Amino acid sequence: MEPFTIVEGIAAPLPAANVDTDVIMPKKFLKGVDRAGLRDGVFHDLRFDEAGQLNNTFILNQAGWADAAFLVVGPNFGCGSSREHAVWGLRQLGIRALIGTTYAGIFFDNCARNGLLAITLEPNRMAEIFALATDSARNRLSIDLAAQLITAADGSFAFDIDPLLKASLIAGLDTVGVTLANSHAIRAFERNYLADRPWLAAAQGAASTPSS
Amino acid sequence: MQRSRTLYDKVVDAHCVSSFDDEGRQVLLYVDRTVLNEYTSPQAFSGLREAGRAVWRPDAALGVVDHVNPTAPLRVREMADAGGQRQTSYFAENCRDFGIELFDVLHPMQGIEHVVMPELGRVMPGMVVAAGDSHTTTYGAFGALGFGIGTSDIEHYLATQTVIYRRLKSMRVEVDGTLQSGATPKDVVMSLIREIGAAGATGYAIEFCGTAIEAMSVEGRMTICNMAVECGARGALIAPDNKVFDYLEPRVGLDHDLWCRAVAHWRTLKSDPDADWDRRVEIPAASIEPMVTWGTSPDQALPISGVVPDPADETDLARRRDLERSLTYMGLQPGTRLEDVAIDRAFIGSCTNARIEDLRAAAAIVKGRHVAGGVRAMVVPGSSAVKRQAEREGLDRIFIEAGFEWRQSGCSMCLAMNDDVLAPGERCASSTNRNFEGRQGSGGRTHLMSPVMVAAAALCGRLADSRQFVPLS
Repeated sequence: MEPFTIVEGIAAPLPAANVDTDVIMPKKFLKGVDRAGLRDGVFHDLRFDEAGQLNNTFILNQAGWADAAFLVVGPNFGCGSSREHAVWGLRQLGIRALIGTTYAGIFFDNCARNGLLAITLEPNRMAEIFALATDSARNRLSIDLAAQLITAADGSFAFDIDPLLKASLIAGLDTVGVTLANSHAIRAFERNYLADRPWLAAAQGAASTPSS
Repeated sequence: MQRSRTLYDKVVDAHCVSSFDDEGRQVLLYVDRTVLNEYTSPQAFSGLREAGRAVWRPDAALGVVDHVNPTAPLRVREMADAGGQRQTSYFAENCRDFGIELFDVLHPMQGIEHVVMPELGRVMPGMVVAAGDSHTTTYGAFGALGFGIGTSDIEHYLATQTVIYRRLKSMRVEVDGTLQSGATPKDVVMSLIREIGAAGATGYAIEFCGTAIEAMSVEGRMTICNMAVECGARGALIAPDNKVFDYLEPRVGLDHDLWCRAVAHWRTLKSDPDADWDRRVEIPAASIEPMVTWGTSPDQALPISGVVPDPADETDLARRRDLERSLTYMGLQPGTRLEDVAIDRAFIGSCTNARIEDLRAAAAIVKGRHVAGGVRAMVVPGSSAVKRQAEREGLDRIFIEAGFEWRQSGCSMCLAMNDDVLAPGERCASSTNRNFEGRQGSGGRTHLMSPVMVAAAALCGRLADSRQFVPLS
């Protein structure tokens, strides 16, 4: 996972509420067995018209926002399907951070696992940052994760973040490897847990044969 | 004395391997079981292969093909769609190489993962089930904590039997009283989503309680817990009771002594009377009417007697723009009576509403009547076992004689990853869970409702109140 320390880039506004993962990554891009090619799928039905031509009314297709590294988003961003393809695609498009008020739970975790920083700002600061992102003369930001600070040319925004998530993003940790380093603790827990609940092991796979 | 705890606290506490902080807010959570599908799992298995890692407990996982398979009446192993074929063949390879049981498309117990797991008794009270599908919340109907995870966390689960988990806030949703005739569990959860909004339970686990929940069947409870994710809940629980135990007893196949020990433990799985809640919501059962969505978010719903809202009435500018966009996408004019909205398609299916009770209720309305001209109507049973049961009861004949297509099981047009897709502009009455833009096909327009409401809409050719249809026999 690519570490997140200090990242500079362009911010683009996507103010709609409840932008779901079907919109972020439409179903026709979900047929792979790897993570390749998802850059083309991100916001596909917004970026392209029915003939496959670039839709110039969509913000990420406009000069001044085309190389955005940050998206300033509306509430409940990433709701719906668990598809991690949405986050893989955003990363492949070059998005490093999201700035919003609320994110759907599964999506938020998927961001955390892929080095995509999902920043939660106080709702009363959102109008200001939307105004910056909407103005192509002022939409260059710098995000310093260690300092928990977004800096613009004429102002800054402090943000809170869970300390464990922060450390993991800065280090770019492989969480599976970290957890497996403590596999003895999982084994010990599992032994006691299953011993206290003998019905769990006894019922394994029971009734898996069809009744008709 | 130990502090008072919610059912959610008790289930999480019992699964904490270790804590990452002093307060136990973020923990390494032991997961009892998972179910895998062909489209969210491949990259997780590839990650294991690349790192040379094994699956911690292969017998705790079940693989089911459900998202990409066709539902045409004749089943074949090979998929015409190259992507679907690649995913199902890699899924089979992964299940074989890692020792995981697989229900492929020809298996007699194939079905939608969240229908299959419960019908096999694989979900028991007090369990934690994390799976690569957001509707894993379904399992709360058994007093199990089910929640969706992404592919990275599937890989973490497969390698370690755990997930890194942040504790949620608690919300108690109380539904007291008696549901009106014609109001279904789907209408209960749609009313909740409308009331609290599509993000109303983001960051929360919900516990449903109250006399209307107690009176509800286990299948009805699954519908409610399933769709709780549409208001953001990443966990929905109902305290297990005798209905749950009666449902499970023939399915888990335990000997008498173990069964009694299990039930004695399961009876302790309820919130303490003085437990603290971060939020409480009450929905009087008698106030709930048959619901339909009119927009592109599940909270954009109204009783069927309503009219399409007018964005001009919305004072918040951002919300007004969202409303205008929804109505433009849906092709609806403000002030239109919902009962005047004509449909092209009707779909009964999905992990929300395609169990045997759903099919029985819809068939009771359909029997002796016929689908309106110009409407294409489909029934996709939730599982192959549900399909066989329905056929034993003659429900397939009722649907077919009324003009419905009777198809094989799968997720089908709930998310249209297979060939069951709306054409651009087509309008569908659907017993599914999401009315997002493009969900059932690019440009397709989805109205969510209960299976009996879909049946009524199919018969009328427009959105309709199911209460006007008295069963003919």
